[in-house]
Amino acid sequence: MSQTKSAFGQAASLDTEHAVITRNICKNYGAVEALKDLSLEFPRGQLTSLLGPSGCGKTTLLKIIAGLLEPTSGEVEVNGRLINGPGPNRAFVFQDFALLPWASVMRNVAFGLELRGMPKSEREAIAENYISAVGLSGFENSYPHELSGGMRQRVGLARALSVDAKVLLMDEPFSAVDEQTRRKFQEDLLGLVQNENKTFIFVTHSIEEAVYVSDQIAILLPRPSRVSEIIRPRALHGKDVSNIRRDPEYLDIVDQIWASLRSYVE
Amino acid sequence: MLTRPTLLKILSTLILFGAWEIAGRIPVSYAFPTFIESMQALARMTFDGTLFVAYGETLKPLVIGILISTVLGITIGLFIGLSGWFDWLMSPIFIVMQAAPLAALIPLLVMAYGIGLTSKVFVVCIMAMPVIVLNTSSAVRNTPGSLKEMGRSYLASDTEIITKIIIPSASPLIFSGLRLGISAGFIGAILSELKITPTGVGDIITFSRSIADYPSMYAAIFSIILLAVLFLNLLESIENYLFEGNNRGYVSD
Repeated sequence: MSQTKSAFGQAASLDTEHAVITRNICKNYGAVEALKDLSLEFPRGQLTSLLGPSGCGKTTLLKIIAGLLEPTSGEVEVNGRLINGPGPNRAFVFQDFALLPWASVMRNVAFGLELRGMPKSEREAIAENYISAVGLSGFENSYPHELSGGMRQRVGLARALSVDAKVLLMDEPFSAVDEQTRRKFQEDLLGLVQNENKTFIFVTHSIEEAVYVSDQIAILLPRPSRVSEIIRPRALHGKDVSNIRRDPEYLDIVDQIWASLRSYVE
Repeated sequence: MLTRPTLLKILSTLILFGAWEIAGRIPVSYAFPTFIESMQALARMTFDGTLFVAYGETLKPLVIGILISTVLGITIGLFIGLSGWFDWLMSPIFIVMQAAPLAALIPLLVMAYGIGLTSKVFVVCIMAMPVIVLNTSSAVRNTPGSLKEMGRSYLASDTEIITKIIIPSASPLIFSGLRLGISAGFIGAILSELKITPTGVGDIITFSRSIADYPSMYAAIFSIILLAVLFLNLLESIENYLFEGNNRGYVSD
């Protein structure tokens, strides 16, 4: 396992195909420059975190990649094609889950497929698979308010997985769930990155979380937002998942990131 | 099996009717009959068919008015909620309509539309529509932004965002607007029969008062309240059937 992983790591560092590329993105809100000339590449099949203090525009960048926001200038390329709004190759996981309160877990998970016009029996069969994959078997007919925060985000994740998009955009997906659930989610996410052949773009404000889950961390600094540094804690991922948090390298990277961010935090 | 809420409902009804009976027996006024007398009058009018003939008249403006208010009210409210332009255009009309002293305006309506059905339908609509429109528009305007974003990111068309996200999400407030609007519509229907031409239930009320048959008068009033309550309960079950998950709180709770 660790051998294939490190071999892949070497190959990747030489010439990686990029699933998502943003070029010279600027985004202004009136006179306020939220993002300025931001260019970033997201390697295929890997997890890239956008990390930075609040107000640094990381969610704005994610929404621009999702096609939910229009950049003032600049372009986004997904799988070699310029985007022009939301597309079937990207799926979004929301910070506040964004579940339909009047719809059952089943309908929520199948909602993306429903919007694509897939017949009911077909989409429910697919949704059923992902409901059990995220560990929610037996809750198909429950309503979101009957679930805990962690379970709701599992529904959000199953919805994103079921549309089978190659790029998964996650906007602080674990910030609204409790600490233990978050740790479990982070472990599950590592498995997901390894097993699903998908590219993950992950917004977080937690340094530890970013170092733990990421193949690549882009550190954004605010006002106006720009990429200050790119860190690749990839060597960590060859190691046993349960030991990462005790690894000296892990701790060093966390410290290093904190050192570069602390002056931007009031 | 009687649940606690059902028991409490029965209890509060019993207290109300008991108080009515006692107040009628004191009596608080010569013109105030007891509960039992009123119910006897109600039974008499039901069995001799007076009540059915009366409701045949009253229900016409009521049903037409409520249907118009519901369909038009929700549609206009939806447009107001979706577009700022429509908001500026239409909202003031309904805010004025809601605040207007309707009884004082009835002579104007009669001059414009005569004493027939049209005027009565107008009265029902003026009573029922504003609250339906205003509730619908504010609910639509307050649809959670992340739900709309979710729809867009999963490739919903504009129509799908309206039908599959905005309307269901607004439905609790739309239904509460309907409840308020429809009860106001019932008041409007009776008001129009008292103020424009005495027909239907309004006729029973006016006529029995003029011959001092107070039990019949109160029986008629009681019957219209009963009908309104039954109708509102029906509306509530429709709502629960359509949007089951909404009934039990929100994800953001």
